[in-house]
Amino acid sequence: MSDDVDASRRHFLTVATTVTGVAGAALAAAPFLFSLKPSARAEALGAPVELDVSKLDPGAMIKAEWRGKPVWALRRTPAMLDQLVAHDAELRDPASEQEQQPPYAQNEYRSIRPEILVVVGTCTHLGCSPLPRLQPNGEEMGAGWPGGFYCPCHGSKFDLAGRVYKGVPAPLNLLVPPYRFLGESVILVGSDTGSA
Amino acid sequence: MGIGEVSGWDWLGARLHGVREWIDARFPMSKLFREHASEYYAPKNFNFWYYFGALALVVLIVQIVSGIFLTMNYKPSAEEAFASVEYIMRDVEWGWLIRYIHSTGASAFFVVIYLHMFRGLLYGSYRKPRELIWIFGMLIYLSLMAEAFFGYLLPWGQMSYWGATVIVSLFGAIPVIGEGLAEWIRGDFYISDITLNRFFALHVVALPLALVFLVVAHIMALHEVGSNNPDGIEIKDQKGDDGIHPIDGIPFHPYYTVKDLVGFIVFAIIFSAIVFFAPDMGGYFIEHANFEPADPLRTPEHIAPVWYFTPFYAILRAVPDKTFGVILMGLAVFLLFFLPWLDRSPVRSIRYKGWMTKLALGSFAVSFVALGYLGMQPATTVYTNLSRLFTVIYFLFFAAMPFYSRWDNTRPLPDRVRGHD
Amino acid sequence: MINADSLRLTVIGAVMALLVPALATAVTEGESQAIQPAHNYVGNVESLQRGAKYFVNYCLGCHSAKYVRYNRLAEDLGLSEEQLIENLMFTGERPYDAMTNAMPAEDAERWFGVAPPDLSLTARSEGVDYIYSYLKSFYLDDERPTGVNNRVLEASAMPHVLWELQGWQEAIFHEEQAADGGVNREFVRFEPVTQGVLSAEEYDRFVRDIANFLDYVSEPVQLERRNLGVLVILFLLVFLLFAWMLKKEYWKRVQ
Repeated sequence: MSDDVDASRRHFLTVATTVTGVAGAALAAAPFLFSLKPSARAEALGAPVELDVSKLDPGAMIKAEWRGKPVWALRRTPAMLDQLVAHDAELRDPASEQEQQPPYAQNEYRSIRPEILVVVGTCTHLGCSPLPRLQPNGEEMGAGWPGGFYCPCHGSKFDLAGRVYKGVPAPLNLLVPPYRFLGESVILVGSDTGSA
Repeated sequence: MGIGEVSGWDWLGARLHGVREWIDARFPMSKLFREHASEYYAPKNFNFWYYFGALALVVLIVQIVSGIFLTMNYKPSAEEAFASVEYIMRDVEWGWLIRYIHSTGASAFFVVIYLHMFRGLLYGSYRKPRELIWIFGMLIYLSLMAEAFFGYLLPWGQMSYWGATVIVSLFGAIPVIGEGLAEWIRGDFYISDITLNRFFALHVVALPLALVFLVVAHIMALHEVGSNNPDGIEIKDQKGDDGIHPIDGIPFHPYYTVKDLVGFIVFAIIFSAIVFFAPDMGGYFIEHANFEPADPLRTPEHIAPVWYFTPFYAILRAVPDKTFGVILMGLAVFLLFFLPWLDRSPVRSIRYKGWMTKLALGSFAVSFVALGYLGMQPATTVYTNLSRLFTVIYFLFFAAMPFYSRWDNTRPLPDRVRGHD
Repeated sequence: MINADSLRLTVIGAVMALLVPALATAVTEGESQAIQPAHNYVGNVESLQRGAKYFVNYCLGCHSAKYVRYNRLAEDLGLSEEQLIENLMFTGERPYDAMTNAMPAEDAERWFGVAPPDLSLTARSEGVDYIYSYLKSFYLDDERPTGVNNRVLEASAMPHVLWELQGWQEAIFHEEQAADGGVNREFVRFEPVTQGVLSAEEYDRFVRDIANFLDYVSEPVQLERRNLGVLVILFLLVFLLFAWMLKKEYWKRVQ
């Protein structure tokens, strides 16, 4: 019976049909998978937010919400800025070599303007929001604490530039979001190009 | 290639064979494949009408998949439902395609199912020993109607709303318990947020489960007794040399898998043409009035159910009495269940039946299509009278079947099936 | 493929199915011609740009298009963000905002009797031709609070917002004593009363642009949809060719 079967033709057609079918199935699956991306509404809700820092006293911090996460703006005092260089040895990534900030914030202060720190207030370990422990020493943090942020979930510590300490669970520095200044004292968080 | 050289493909083949043996020792994978595909012997003379069973299965899968993705963005509340559909259409990436696939799929399901059922009528596929296949199939059809009805409310447009209002009111026509029953179905005194919420649950969980279960039962029953064919004779009666396999049967796989693949692609081309070029099909698949949000205080000027319900709707309207209209409409569906016992012909297939059956089946098909058309039209005197005429023909098909099927002149059956393709 | 019996049945069925609608159209003949074809083309981006501008200037004050986002509009209509802000956004919305209007629904209802409907989907619920004809069919009528009536939508609550462009027109009716004693009024034509800023042809184009824009707005994806459809069907045809040859290859030995 199998004598008159053209095996090579059958093989070719089987392969051609299968390949086309698999490609078609993959193409058909794509729209379904893409539909799971953030929608236009999510994009609209996640649009850049403005943060007014004009009334922010030195040493004080304000919060804003961007894409469902806290964004902090901290106006650092000269004293705070001075001590940033003093504990590099205790940090995991003191020079901010990991891509946890836009290029314009890859400097010793991790900010556009030295005094204003803008970071996403989400621990790089498992997403809890660290607590500000801005004052040096203090009861809770003990002596030798230069001021920074402390995550209550698993004890990760960050300095006043959001840089992570060695020996804590968090692997990376706090994320600096894309941002830029609109005029003197308004920060646009979430976008660093174009208009609002 | 010299002896001893093992190519990569051989190695892979050996590995896969090992995996298969491992599974087969624990789960009847190969056995199931043999029983339902590679060693399921189907008659070799399946024609055009035999594509629609496989296609119905494909459409079911398409509807389940697209439905799952719609559910991810749809909000089953009166406040948000309409806007969430537009959200899917505009804000969700590719949401429009998924929605159109689902809305076109709903109509495609009925097209395929109606042709599949008509095939059963043509070749007597409901006759002994296939009565249960037919009954499972009818239950699938009933579930599908319920599924479509619940689903149609979800976009919460004017047609959704008033269609549901009218159909639920039909239950109100049942004497004594009617009004209470209608309130029980709605969970409210009108079609409200509460109704929408429960219809959603039924549409996305209850009926899909019932459908899948019934489809499995339908196919199991089919594979137990074997497929009928256009000649309506049993291929099992003529065994080949081995005394096991029917001489006119061929393995479902690969013969019908490749053939159904061709049918599927043709179907996919037509389906895509609708999805991409005419997704609302001029108002037949998505009705114009459904682009207005539901308004309980204002009925659209002209309302009609979606096309797949209109034959029964026309029967309902043809009857001047509310209660009797509802009963007759229910009967129009219910009678189909009894076909296996109404048909008394000595042969199954239309090929060997006489002019009486051909006339009866032909006028039945015509009356079904005509009623479908009339159900979409406004109820003018001319239309209502036409609806009455076709309603009478529709029911005569069933009522007279025990007689004409017996009196009809049948032709002698052949021993072997006639050709294929 | 189809055997003779079923073919015959199918043909009879098809003929009958065609006859019934033909019969039906004969009955409903003689409907009014209030709705005229808009002859618009959604692919005409310049028309859409003009329509968007007209819509924002003349319609958006009272009507919303709440399912449409400005940035989507800019993208589909080939406008830059600057062009978008300059031409279409006047009240400090952000680009990703939807085209809502500032008028509270309760006020609108007090002023007009009904709240002006959202126009996102009107081209799909009523039709493009309806919008086009509606905007051309306002005529003077002293009995209406707005001073105008509309031939397409009798007793419409909407004032003739575009009167400066179109000018005023009146409707000529042919009146006839009916058999039952009443009066049959049959529309004959519109007669211009005052000249508008635009000529009749210019006004038609103006209204067509708005209708075209609303057609686009009712389903922004429609252009993309058709283009994609061609590719999908071409792909399926290739698939069909392979599958069909494979089927022939397997089936050539069956009897």
